[in-house]
Amino acid sequence: MGAQLRVYRQKIKSAQTTKKITRAMELISASRIYKAQQRVAASTPYSRAVTRAVSAVATYSNIDHPLTTEPESIDRAAIVIFTSDRGLAGAFSSNVLKETEQLSTLLRSQGKDVVYYLVGRKSVGYFNFRRRTARKQWIGGTDLPAFETAKAIADAVVADFGTDFKDGGVDEIHLVYSRFVSMISQVPEVVRLLPLEVVEGVEPPSKSEVFPLYEFEPDVNKVLDALLPVYIESRIFNAMLQSAASEHAARQKAMKSATDNAQKLILNYTRLSNQARQSEITQQISEIVGGADALSTSGDED
Amino acid sequence: MSEKSLKVELVSADSSVWSGAAKMVVAKTVEGEIGLLPGHEPMLAILSSGEVRVTLPEGEVMKFSAEDGFLSVEHDVVTVVARNASLV
Repeated sequence: MGAQLRVYRQKIKSAQTTKKITRAMELISASRIYKAQQRVAASTPYSRAVTRAVSAVATYSNIDHPLTTEPESIDRAAIVIFTSDRGLAGAFSSNVLKETEQLSTLLRSQGKDVVYYLVGRKSVGYFNFRRRTARKQWIGGTDLPAFETAKAIADAVVADFGTDFKDGGVDEIHLVYSRFVSMISQVPEVVRLLPLEVVEGVEPPSKSEVFPLYEFEPDVNKVLDALLPVYIESRIFNAMLQSAASEHAARQKAMKSATDNAQKLILNYTRLSNQARQSEITQQISEIVGGADALSTSGDED
Repeated sequence: MSEKSLKVELVSADSSVWSGAAKMVVAKTVEGEIGLLPGHEPMLAILSSGEVRVTLPEGEVMKFSAEDGFLSVEHDVVTVVARNASLV
């Protein structure tokens, strides 16, 4: 076998191996998108109920809760970034990070200090590589988010929100995550979590709907105190679930095109290797013919 | 009032646990146990962890454990929202 032919065969083999892997990953992601979507759907009643209750309290009480009132000056903003743990998901994580950079630039231009909370190994890697620091980071489980993680994140950001600026507290909290629109479209989205804008919930109550006059037990302040952390947890959990669903969808898409590309490579290399084989044979024939010719002519001269 | 019934929805953080019609709901709030019948005034209460008992229209009683959540009542719709909730 000629050298050229051997090189082509090697390339075909390596493309075939890659194709097998990407194909398997595509199928795995495809099956997980469905599950992730179901989890988003399953958590919807909870977030809807929580949003409704918070809206109701906010509408019917004029109290100034620290979580809902806009501070006079916002000096430091926090950004919670939701990326994936693993790569091979196309531009999934980099889209979110790009959105984060834009948001940071905007916040800095408003004279705010920006601190980060990272979720997912990819964002941690991005920050480490650029030698930037983050307040806190959570690694692992981004493809199957647990409510405990959402609670941990919520506790951390609410605690920092409650701290004074001088002691390192933040005045504003933003979430950047990838929203799952459909199998083929996932949009990086920025949401300001705190101070609360209750209006944009998972499913905002319609304008015509009038909230009944609630009786609060034990009292409005206590109810709001208990509700708001729950609301924030549920928003963060929802962001994580959306992000997980988007991750699987992005990975499926990326792996599908990788499989297609591998297939294309295999096709091209097979053509080239056939050509190489053919030219090898042609060369061998012409060598034999040429050799025989030379022999017979040399025989004639004798 | 007897023909009226409550619409009950019990949701936890990651799923909807149970929903259906009921005659009465008994839950434990931070102020003590509270019984809810149809026609109850709109209310928002914080739950303390404990049992939620739902009496079905047929008289059967279903028990749930609910932890860390709240309860809202309006127009005969009772929503029990808990971080962890399960059928006992």
